[in-house]
Amino acid sequence: MLLIECPWCGGRDETEFGYGGQAHVPYPEDPHALTDAQWAEYVFIRDNPRGPYAERWVHSAGCRRWFNAVRDTGTNDVKATYPIGARKPVTS
Amino acid sequence: MMVAETAALRRSPLAHREAEFAELGQLVPRVSLREEPFLTQVNLRVHPGSPALARIERELGLTLPGRPNTVARVADGSSTALGSLTALGSLTALWLGPDEWLIVAPDGLAAELTERLAAALDGSLGSAVDVSANRTTLLLAGASARAVLESGCAVDLHPRAFGSGDCVQTMLARAQVVLWQLDDRPSYRILVRGSFADYLADWLSATIRTEGKSR
Ligand SMILES: [Zn+2]
Repeated sequence: MLLIECPWCGGRDETEFGYGGQAHVPYPEDPHALTDAQWAEYVFIRDNPRGPYAERWVHSAGCRRWFNAVRDTGTNDVKATYPIGARKPVTS
Repeated sequence: MMVAETAALRRSPLAHREAEFAELGQLVPRVSLREEPFLTQVNLRVHPGSPALARIERELGLTLPGRPNTVARVADGSSTALGSLTALGSLTALWLGPDEWLIVAPDGLAAELTERLAAALDGSLGSAVDVSANRTTLLLAGASARAVLESGCAVDLHPRAFGSGDCVQTMLARAQVVLWQLDDRPSYRILVRGSFADYLADWLSATIRTEGKSR
């Protein structure tokens, strides 16, 4: 069981949270200007690193707020959690 | 007038288990369980630090808790703008999110409370919605109450981490609840959706029986 630190509520069991995929994927400035391939890239294509990965989580069973987390995909270690809108913290 | 007419027709989700809860109290005196039906619950959303929030706090006569997972309470019968209402019992604001609170008050105040809160919002971005029918409330109290909760709740409820005036939204026996400690007896209010109430009552009843045998 992962223990995830909600930026509002503090540490809670993983079962209270939902997963939302990669964080910091910017919405295209002008979606209409995109080709189908570029749109598909935006909608479907995500990074898949081994190591620290910034991703979105939601505290579904608690405060129901979305936030971002940096999780090491190799070890499942949650390095940091931070509110939406905050810059991705530097983790090593 | 509608309220008076429909009040007599209401049936709380756990009304049919009153005798069972009383029997349980005889069997395991260290803990008591009962339903507190029909508490007024109003969900309030408003920007923290906004003038609308200040107006609401004046109206309620309390400072909405800014610290996550805590409550703020207007004492029974205190003289506030809502004085006539609180004469019926206490009014409490529970932190649900950085811009969201649950106002809990005695039965019958939902209409006036939502009206007053909406008036205080005065068109600002936010909402005050009567959600009284969303959840019912269980009151679990006594020396063994914490032990009972701990067998189904991952949040640390030890007094060093959780005490009177604290609340959490979490899972209790896999049911989503708002858990709120009232006093150091300890007494807890468990707010649970009506559709989960029977399941949670089953679990609590079984856990209380087990707790009764374990000492
Ligand atoms: Zn949370």
